Amino acid sequence: MPEATPTNTSTAVVEANALTFSYGTREVVNIEHFQLAAGESIAVIGPSGCGKTTFLHMLAGLLKPTSGRIHLLGSDITAMSDTELDHFRGQQVGMVFQRLLLMPALNVRQNVELAQQLARKPRDKARIDALLKQLSLVDFAQHKPRMLSQGQAQRVAIARALVHNPALVLADEPTSALDDEQAVQALTLLKETATSAGAALLVVTHDQRVRGQLDRELEMGLPT
Amino acid sequence: MTWVRLALANLTLSPLTTAVNVLLMALGTASIVLLLLAGFQLAQTMSRDAKDIDLVVGAQGSPVQLILSAVYHADIPPGNIKLAEAQRWMDDPRVARAIPLSLGDSFRGFRIVGTTPEYVELYNANLASGRLWSETMEAVVGSAVAGAARLGVGSTFAGAHGFVEGGHVHDTQPYRVVGVLAPTGTVLDRLVVTSLQSVWDIHDSDHDHDHDHDHDHDHDHDQHDDHDHEKHGHEEHADQKHGDDKDDHDHHGHEEHNNDAHTHKKHDDESHDHDEHAEHDHSDHGHDEHAHDGHDEHKHESHHHDGHSDEQHAHEEQEHHDHEKHADSDHDHDAHEHEHEHNNGHESHAHQTNEDTEITALLITYNSPLAATSLPRQINAAGALLAAAPAMEVARVLQLVGVGMTALNAFAWVLVATAALSIFAALYGSLRARRGELAMLRCLGATRSELSYYLIVEGLLLSVMGVTLGFLAGHVMMEGVAQWLASSRGVVMTGWLWVPTQTLLLLGLFLVGIISALIPATQAYRTDVARTLAEG
Repeated sequence: MPEATPTNTSTAVVEANALTFSYGTREVVNIEHFQLAAGESIAVIGPSGCGKTTFLHMLAGLLKPTSGRIHLLGSDITAMSDTELDHFRGQQVGMVFQRLLLMPALNVRQNVELAQQLARKPRDKARIDALLKQLSLVDFAQHKPRMLSQGQAQRVAIARALVHNPALVLADEPTSALDDEQAVQALTLLKETATSAGAALLVVTHDQRVRGQLDRELEMGLPT
Repeated sequence: MTWVRLALANLTLSPLTTAVNVLLMALGTASIVLLLLAGFQLAQTMSRDAKDIDLVVGAQGSPVQLILSAVYHADIPPGNIKLAEAQRWMDDPRVARAIPLSLGDSFRGFRIVGTTPEYVELYNANLASGRLWSETMEAVVGSAVAGAARLGVGSTFAGAHGFVEGGHVHDTQPYRVVGVLAPTGTVLDRLVVTSLQSVWDIHDSDHDHDHDHDHDHDHDHDQHDDHDHEKHGHEEHADQKHGDDKDDHDHHGHEEHNNDAHTHKKHDDESHDHDEHAEHDHSDHGHDEHAHDGHDEHKHESHHHDGHSDEQHAHEEQEHHDHEKHADSDHDHDAHEHEHEHNNGHESHAHQTNEDTEITALLITYNSPLAATSLPRQINAAGALLAAAPAMEVARVLQLVGVGMTALNAFAWVLVATAALSIFAALYGSLRARRGELAMLRCLGATRSELSYYLIVEGLLLSVMGVTLGFLAGHVMMEGVAQWLASSRGVVMTGWLWVPTQTLLLLGLFLVGIISALIPATQAYRTDVARTLAEG
């Protein structure tokens, strides 16, 4: 993208400056500076309504900030058109939500495949096989999502978020629906998979169990 | 391709909804296709059958009936017309070709048409085997007749009176097949074609047969008996018979008369004579066409009377004589019969072409289109005959049929509209449940347009499946109807044809499928991803 910011470094996957977001007159996000490097992971922790999901949506290019700039791999995504953003997001961002939103009509392998296709990347069967193996999903590759346990489905969502080798992985409350054991397991898997792929990981959560699990933590309070 | 696969996969998620939508669409489509194919072929067949027939002249009555009977052989004729009257129009300079038809009999439901070889030429029919007729009672059969009745050159069959099966069979005068026509795809395939003379011959003997079989034979005898007993009595009769010289003369005369009759070979059969004699005796001399033979006889007879007796015979005596003659003639006729059987004469045909000869209709081809402006009006104005143009009457019939077709077609389109609404409802209804899924697709890199496309593809897939199934079913149903018609009515139709309108229909139905998905597609386009995801 034409405009390069002065704080742009070679290791920063994502960088936000003077970022604000307002619903009408109510400002919910105000972040002076944020930066995340490749292979780095961060937990954004705060109560409901603190604007952490809005922050995540802005990083994903799903919401335009009211003011400020976001650079993803050096490109200013706030200046992109909708279609450019969709394509860019598809290629460079992987996302995991509390609601997994797997395609119910597709089996595990097809769900993972779909992310690769929508990222407009050449079909890479080896990558899919590797991920399914890494996430212990090989035996369930032909299963439809409704036949999977919560933990298995969670792993499919992780595989889908990483299959196209994104630079940035964004996770919104990935552990909230899981019990303690599963939550730790899921978070560990997410971190391992992302890090091993060289992706930057940002987890947004109010789940205190996430504390101490990732490289960095960012507290967000309720806006005043 | 991604989206088609995803949409297809999605349709399998709710198989019942999908099946109902596809079936609804198929039902509507099949109905439209069936009507389209049937209507097209009906019009095509009707125009092919009436090709080069500009005008039909026949007995007065309904013009539609005249056309249906004379061109399509699908109705009974309104009546017969005198050949002599028709001749005037056959010779008209505006007429390029006039083909006479004489109808009345059928064979296993296939009509027997007495006509000229021009009728076969009219349909450009070729002989599959054999030749055209040259003698009376030789027949050429259409391909469907030959197939259904397993007739070939050399086969014989007897025509039946009337146009439906079960009429009186003329088994004493069988037809001989001398030719089989190649299929023409016209009404000719379902006809037995023969000379006019054959139909006339059968028609004549038809009268006699009718008398014989139905009532007149016995009736005549009774009549004679009555006369003998009541008016003149046995004794008187017997006296006259044995005692009177004049009676002897009469006997001679009578015998001579009989011989006369023999040599003239005019008696067709026994009852014929009875009728004539009866008429002669008790009414005026018969002016019935059959009576003139008898008339001649009596002239001879009375001549004898005059010659052999000087005095004029009393009327009474003459009556006695006549009755006596009848009594005798019972014997004589036996002799006659034998003679007549040998002399089933060609002479008898000669009198067939007299002014009383009838045909059923005349198929006219104009010399120039200009004739259409004057000839029909002139024929109709002349009074005795009815002239009707097939093109006009067919248009009238199709208009009538058209009302029903239009109603059915409208109903079929209502089915399609219902299917479209159902597809719309299914897609729209699923949108709420699929909002998260659609938002996720955007997160995975899909654009707004792609989401719209996805929904349209899904609606279109339902339509395509329904329309494809409907087209298949429509053609199969048409073929079924065609097979049924072929076996029961011999109408040549098929389900395996593509009417140009169908291409338009196909595009139209796909458009309906797209339209049904338009609103859901718009909704998908507008999906607010961030809000949808935030709602959890």
